[in-house]
Amino acid sequence: MKFYRNLSISQKQVVWAWAFLALPVLFYVVIRFYPTGNAIVLSFQKWNMLGARNWVGFDNYVKLYNDPVFWKVFRNTFVYLILGTPASLVISFVIAYHLDRVRFLHSTLRALYFLPFLTSTVAMAWVWRWFYQPVPIGLFNNFIASLGFQQIAFLNSTTNALPSILLPAIWAGLGFQIIIFMAGLRAIPTSFYEAARIDGVSNWTILREITLPLLKPTIVFLVVFSSISFLRIFDQVFNMTTNNPGGPLDSTKPLVLMIYQTAFSSFDMGYAAAQTVVLFTILLTVSLLQLYLMRDR
Amino acid sequence: MKAIRTFALAATTSLVAMVSAGAASAVEIEYWQYIFDARITAMDKLIANFEAANPGITVKQSTFPYADYRTKVAAAIPAGEGPDVVQLFYGWLNDYVQAELIQPLPEATFPAARIESEFFPMVQAMKIDGKYMALPTAVRSLALFYNTRLFAEAGVTAPPTTLAEMVEIAAKITKKDGAGNITVEGITSGMTAQDHQWFREVLLRQFGAVPYTDDYRTVTYNTPEGVAALEFYTSLEQTLGVTSSTFMDEPQAAFKAGRAGMHIDGSFRIGALKDTRGLEWGVAELPAGPTGVQSNYASYWVNAITTKAQGEKYDAAVKFMDYITSDEAMQIWLDTVGELPAKPSAALTDANIADPVFGPFIKGLGYGHATIFADESGQRQVLVDAVSRIFLQGQSAADSLAAAAAAEQALLDSYYKK
Repeated sequence: MKFYRNLSISQKQVVWAWAFLALPVLFYVVIRFYPTGNAIVLSFQKWNMLGARNWVGFDNYVKLYNDPVFWKVFRNTFVYLILGTPASLVISFVIAYHLDRVRFLHSTLRALYFLPFLTSTVAMAWVWRWFYQPVPIGLFNNFIASLGFQQIAFLNSTTNALPSILLPAIWAGLGFQIIIFMAGLRAIPTSFYEAARIDGVSNWTILREITLPLLKPTIVFLVVFSSISFLRIFDQVFNMTTNNPGGPLDSTKPLVLMIYQTAFSSFDMGYAAAQTVVLFTILLTVSLLQLYLMRDR
Repeated sequence: MKAIRTFALAATTSLVAMVSAGAASAVEIEYWQYIFDARITAMDKLIANFEAANPGITVKQSTFPYADYRTKVAAAIPAGEGPDVVQLFYGWLNDYVQAELIQPLPEATFPAARIESEFFPMVQAMKIDGKYMALPTAVRSLALFYNTRLFAEAGVTAPPTTLAEMVEIAAKITKKDGAGNITVEGITSGMTAQDHQWFREVLLRQFGAVPYTDDYRTVTYNTPEGVAALEFYTSLEQTLGVTSSTFMDEPQAAFKAGRAGMHIDGSFRIGALKDTRGLEWGVAELPAGPTGVQSNYASYWVNAITTKAQGEKYDAAVKFMDYITSDEAMQIWLDTVGELPAKPSAALTDANIADPVFGPFIKGLGYGHATIFADESGQRQVLVDAVSRIFLQGQSAADSLAAAAAAEQALLDSYYKK
């Protein structure tokens, strides 16, 4: 107690700050940092969840490098990112831009767009899985067949399956992005638009010269946010392909699903940990890139 | 204050005395299995019978969700906690033995010669270095379910006994719409379901191939006979058009919905089908191959004594193991869970063989093989991909099977490399 009494006011403030921070810090150390460190250590070991953990050096990473499935999965993960992020951003911006001008039923429309975001991914994935089934149960194929066309193999195809799974994933994420875009649009001072109108500038120029530049922080945030969510895609893929997870022929398998299978059906924990470290590195790179892009503001 | 302290001390002392007195007269052992309601009920019955016959021993049953089971067992036993007798899938035995979680069964109570004469031959997969590590109470096998209503509609009176008959009946039952899309399939198919077991242990053997060497560490199916088996399997969908692997999402769903004439599945499917209203079905043995060879795939859950059980607990655990592998226990298990007895003496009773539902499964046990898996889902994936390559990428059966054999061998090698 005497020690505390001798401290200056600012030192006491520091002590109190740390006292309040202790709990979250402890939480982060135990729940986040310790398992992260443990996973990195595990990536250099062989372990089947039973028995001892044996050191194997870089074996897991060498195996990963030589695994053709890993490279396919790596490619898939980036296809999800490269198709998903721009598509979802463009669609949500277009909707937000026009929704912002709609007065009639504005709140209702906004709520409708937000609804899919609130829905459980698992339930949604199973409904879409049903939509995609072949005749006689699939909604889309029944419709196509009733028009007299050939059925489309949505999920049982190495080329169609990934876009088919990506589509509901984009749709489900739209609501959130629209809300963020609308908040960004509302934050732009109306005086800029008034000045532009007085100068007689076209709508296109207003969009290009005022709206988009001032939305940059919003766009950067959404790019990073949606990039990370597409890099971590799992629920949609797993639930829409449970019979043959990530199939057919690994054509839809993202990295997280490969990690899950390696760990919990093959019980090869060390190899799974090595894959996790790779995913961690990718996510870290993306996040650092974000910091770099935000810097010039 | 002092009085309270004295009282507390006295109370503690007498409590300790009571507990230790109790421990001296009775041994308590723990039994673990994962949560599956019918099995828990069956085990409760077995425990009650066992305790009545062995007054000095009590058995405590603990159950865990399937997802946590492996980690819980692995963490508890080395810490000296957890089960004395544990249930595990036969395919996991190797992992448990390597991790020193279970100990061999004593030769005195469970002589190898007796086990080999009393149990179905596939139980020999539980022998490691000449010692039996674990024994099943119940086993499961495959059979052919058929929809009696669709059979009658197509004018078929009896289920097929050979593959040729099966194909013929399937063709009669299959219905297609104007565009050629299947609306009722003759037989279900899907390597993602039980077909990979049917292909590996049944079709390959029926076409004259041998799937693996005896220790299941070397793949031997990449032969012309193996290719013939794969060609037969894929022809059902590709050339004969009596099935579609994507039909109604899952094979069992199609059969349950009354949209499939025949369906190959395990004895564990009986319960779900019994509860399906409006579905009329029968069970037949798996069809024999072109040369009359019959084969089946059998799997089971085993019980083993853990390394935690020592001294009097070990003796109690041995007695308990002896009881739960007895004929009486197996009949209780069949009646409660619907899983088949692991010994011919309990399985092949007149009543069981005559049973229209259990009968075909039980007959299948006599010629069943239990694959020793290194990584069941990984090895399943190899066959799933082999068929996908043929259907989606137009690869030939020979090339696809060769690639599958190489992939599976790589999997086995990496597992057994220590």
